[in-house]
Amino acid sequence: MATTIEPTTQTKTNFLTAIQEAIAEEMAANKNMICLGEDIGILGGAFGVTIGLQDSFGTERVIDMPISEAAIAGVSIGLALNGKTVCAEFQFMDFISTGFDQIVNNMATYHYRTAGEVALNITMRGPAGGYGGGALYHSQMNEAWFANSPGLKIVCPSTPYDAKGLTKAALRDPNPVLIYEVKELYRKREIEEVLPTEDYIVPIGKAAIRREGKDITLISYGQNVYHCLEVADLLAKDGFSAEVIDLRSIVPLDEEAIVTSVKKTNRVLVINEAPRTCGFAGEVVARINELCFEYLDAPALRVTRLDTPVPWVKPLELFVLPSVDKMYQTALKVCRY
Amino acid sequence: MAKQANLENTEQPAHMETLYRQMVQIRHFENKCNQVYRMGKAGGYLHVYIGMEATAVGWLNCIKHGWDYVITAYRDHAQPLILGSDPMKLMAEIMGRQDGYSNGKGGSMHIYDIERGFFGGWGIVGGHTPIGAGLAFGSKYKGEDRVTLNFLGDGAANAGVFFETLNMAALWDLPCIFIIENNEFAMGTRIEYHAADTELHKRGFPFGMKHERVDGMDLVQVMKDAKRIVDYVRKEQKPYLVEVMNYRFAGHGAADNDQSLYRTPEELEHAKLRDPIKLFEKYLLDNNLMTQEKMEAIDNEIEQDIERIYEEADASPHPPIEDVYSHVYTDMEPEMGH
Repeated sequence: MATTIEPTTQTKTNFLTAIQEAIAEEMAANKNMICLGEDIGILGGAFGVTIGLQDSFGTERVIDMPISEAAIAGVSIGLALNGKTVCAEFQFMDFISTGFDQIVNNMATYHYRTAGEVALNITMRGPAGGYGGGALYHSQMNEAWFANSPGLKIVCPSTPYDAKGLTKAALRDPNPVLIYEVKELYRKREIEEVLPTEDYIVPIGKAAIRREGKDITLISYGQNVYHCLEVADLLAKDGFSAEVIDLRSIVPLDEEAIVTSVKKTNRVLVINEAPRTCGFAGEVVARINELCFEYLDAPALRVTRLDTPVPWVKPLELFVLPSVDKMYQTALKVCRY
Repeated sequence: MAKQANLENTEQPAHMETLYRQMVQIRHFENKCNQVYRMGKAGGYLHVYIGMEATAVGWLNCIKHGWDYVITAYRDHAQPLILGSDPMKLMAEIMGRQDGYSNGKGGSMHIYDIERGFFGGWGIVGGHTPIGAGLAFGSKYKGEDRVTLNFLGDGAANAGVFFETLNMAALWDLPCIFIIENNEFAMGTRIEYHAADTELHKRGFPFGMKHERVDGMDLVQVMKDAKRIVDYVRKEQKPYLVEVMNYRFAGHGAADNDQSLYRTPEELEHAKLRDPIKLFEKYLLDNNLMTQEKMEAIDNEIEQDIERIYEEADASPHPPIEDVYSHVYTDMEPEMGH
């Protein structure tokens, strides 16, 4: 029997607060958990995700780190080997590149090279994504770097409910997990929602269908999900019913959800904020070809960021990143193929 | 509770024999590894510890086995041997066999034996140093009196992450001993060509860390220094940076066939005058702690033992292909549908 969780309060929660709640609740429930990051303690984080956390849990468990991403990631491994649950914040996901070696080489492989004896319960989270005028080094979605490194799980929530549930799932997952928090969603009023008061998780590796449709499948995650919903509205006016899939997890990828939808709609467009070449959209298109090519009535296409850096100036930024108009035009092409 | 090494009886003949056996075991084991590599039974990249034995034997006999933590780079066969890991499992790992510590998937550079406090074996120069700091952070956090020995080479002392790590270790007073094994060469690049200041111990200075340069060839002296420093770090729960001067007699890796590119035969011969095994033998003889006959008997016994270990490891099969996906994640096998 299906049970629905009835909210006891109608107060809506924003994306940032949902993450804050997830971390605080896990800290309270798991005495072994510690948080590390630059400016996360006294300041409460660059965006305020950890405001109040040090007051609640003390300087022993919420630790301000030097600006040393490599050492933060490396020390996280050593702490996890001591049985700690580590939640490490990267001030911007762009900056994670300075800790790259520790994550992709040392962290991602330790379970494997110990023949399964040890697992590293490390969650690495931080703000990511464009459309906010952050320019070259404060706008990127670099999840494909890590998707190319077996041993890591990667998630990217788009709603407060998922942000809380996926953060909790990550913190309980014995494997290293990266969470791409879309910073443009942190305080977006339109997406605030009432969250269950009960403890819950959103399982890693499960996509969500945001809108059902029968003529074309739009696949994305993060901020692009909202663009896809806009595109679906536009397509409806042209008489096409679009199904919108929010992947939520990049690794593992919910192939079943993709294949089920493509078998129904026979047309698909993948949207991704990362650059075109070797961005994750390319991987999704390849999987569709491998798994359900014979169901396609049109080529599986993608709309991505251009293969350029992200420019500072707004009109150019919006031209470089996937726009609703470009998605809509491409979706029409797929629908009318 | 982990067993504790007997740290007090360093002058006792029985303990001297243990140390001697470790020195000789490493030498024979490593010679066998080189041979195994040349036979094509170990692939890839393999680095032996020949000439440097006194450093690991000295330091690892001054910590509590199974309690204190040890981490090192890719020249990592000696440390687990000293800590009591199974030499057969070690050789099997090096040969890529099912009986190896990582079922043959890790190999020569990535040995581990967590039960004995050995966390690896790391293949990227300098990359493991923050993990060692994290180990020390973890033990300090839990209120334990563990000491972490964080070995690295002279080449790794130039890696950026090492400086981030030194800062954190000093900032938080982590009980971590950074042991730079200065064997004078970063692979084929002599220290004068790779380090702006060749006194590498000074890298602790800007972080307010105690630091010094010590000998790494004379086992007796190594143990005196190691015991003093380990005791200090355990008691004070503060980091320490030690530059241990040693020398490798073998090439950088088993495939390093042309050492004439970076050092002369005369230089090597000169260094061999301080062969750590010969130095220790002289000490044992001079102090009537062991006879020449006994040494020869031990040497023969261990050489034969290593042969037996090799035969046993060689009998272990390669891991089955079906295992290729195992242990990438705890709970899923990637791409099983393809």
